[in-house]
Amino acid sequence: MSDTEGTKGNWPLYEVFVRGKRGLNHVHVGSLHAADDRMALTHARDLYTRRNEGVSIWVVRSEHIAASTRDEKDPFFAPSADKVYRHPTFYDIPDDVPHI
Amino acid sequence: MGRHFPKGLGSSYHGPNERSVGKWDSMTSPQSGTSSSAPPADRAEPELQRHFDDTIAHNQRIEPRDWMPEGYRRTLIRQIAQHAHSEIIGMQPEGEWITRAPSLRRKAILFAKVQDEAGHGLYLYSAAETLGADRADLTERLIEGRQKYSSIFNYPTPTFADVGVIGWFVDGAAICNQVPLCRSSYGPYARAMVRVCKEESFHQRQGYELLLTMMRGTDEQRAMVQDAVDRWWWPSLMMFGPPDDDSPNSAQSMAWKIKRHTNDELRQRFVDMTVPQAEKLGVTLPDPELRWNEERGHHDFGTPDWSELKRVISGDGPCNAQRMERRRTAHEEGAWVREAAAAHAAKQDKRREEGSAA
Repeated sequence: MSDTEGTKGNWPLYEVFVRGKRGLNHVHVGSLHAADDRMALTHARDLYTRRNEGVSIWVVRSEHIAASTRDEKDPFFAPSADKVYRHPTFYDIPDDVPHI
Repeated sequence: MGRHFPKGLGSSYHGPNERSVGKWDSMTSPQSGTSSSAPPADRAEPELQRHFDDTIAHNQRIEPRDWMPEGYRRTLIRQIAQHAHSEIIGMQPEGEWITRAPSLRRKAILFAKVQDEAGHGLYLYSAAETLGADRADLTERLIEGRQKYSSIFNYPTPTFADVGVIGWFVDGAAICNQVPLCRSSYGPYARAMVRVCKEESFHQRQGYELLLTMMRGTDEQRAMVQDAVDRWWWPSLMMFGPPDDDSPNSAQSMAWKIKRHTNDELRQRFVDMTVPQAEKLGVTLPDPELRWNEERGHHDFGTPDWSELKRVISGDGPCNAQRMERRRTAHEEGAWVREAAAAHAAKQDKRREEGSAA
């Protein structure tokens, strides 16, 4: 499958992130192939924002993304699981205290 | 993702977590395809299978880097690829009318629509790649006839009314098929379907509006609409695939929640949806058995010619050869563009490296 990569002019894969409107984060919307960054941006515009879906686009080569792997998922996220005091519901406040 | 969270925290923590972590999981990093086919050595397959089954049972989404049974992966790649190929080949029947559209308005609409079909194909190829498929390989498979596309696009479009009827019937049928797929168990496919469905509604409405306009025209135009309806009705019903008792893979796909309704259920839904629209338009659907069944609360309708569907799927439809030839030629004639862009990018990279070294 990957032996055709590069030999037939196949373009690398990019991930696309779009800011839907001011005040929102960029969100991953999908991927596309492009020869370089500039082409990736114009393709992303044509593919993912044909109907005003975005005010800003980021593209990044998929191979440059570091991701948590499936295998290490459980231990990787374990530190976030045992700190219930990080959540507001951890604290008991009498009902008659206002605005809290 | 949510399943890894302690139950005590409640579902409100689901969203942020998915945003910051789950999104990375949906990436199509090159290694995701190769590594994900082999389960990690330290976890036994039955445990992984149980985890997968639980996720499906709880109506949660499977994401690209999750473990999944090989059959699930294969079925999805095949279904998503066929869907993508259908969008790409589907540009042709209507594309033929872009240069001959009767007004600038219709031309602009048709252009936008055909561009959307290309976009839908690309969303879907993108989703297929998250499963480890290679896009260039999928294109090869289509061009070499090793993967199929929807039988409907092998029918010709001799008149402009065909453009309208394709929007009304074919895109209408596609909506019936695709709306439930927005809840498909595979995350990237479901998300692609959400985008597609939003755009598909424009396609259906522009088709119906085009036909309404023609029906307000001359007798000749009305006859043209009726003729197109007569030719597209049965092939449109066939778009939902063979009847349930002759659809061997359906049960497994339903169990995996890749598919949410059977072929016959969706076909019925399409008929019920279309009959009142046909009445409003003033055309007759070419089925003498079509009538409202009070008891069932649905329309009864005749049986499509399943031998025709088999014939068209196996390559012997009116336009199969033409569609494939056109796709093959476009791909071959575009090769120099792909190569030139790659060469240009390589040269720019080299210049940048030299620039930063100096």
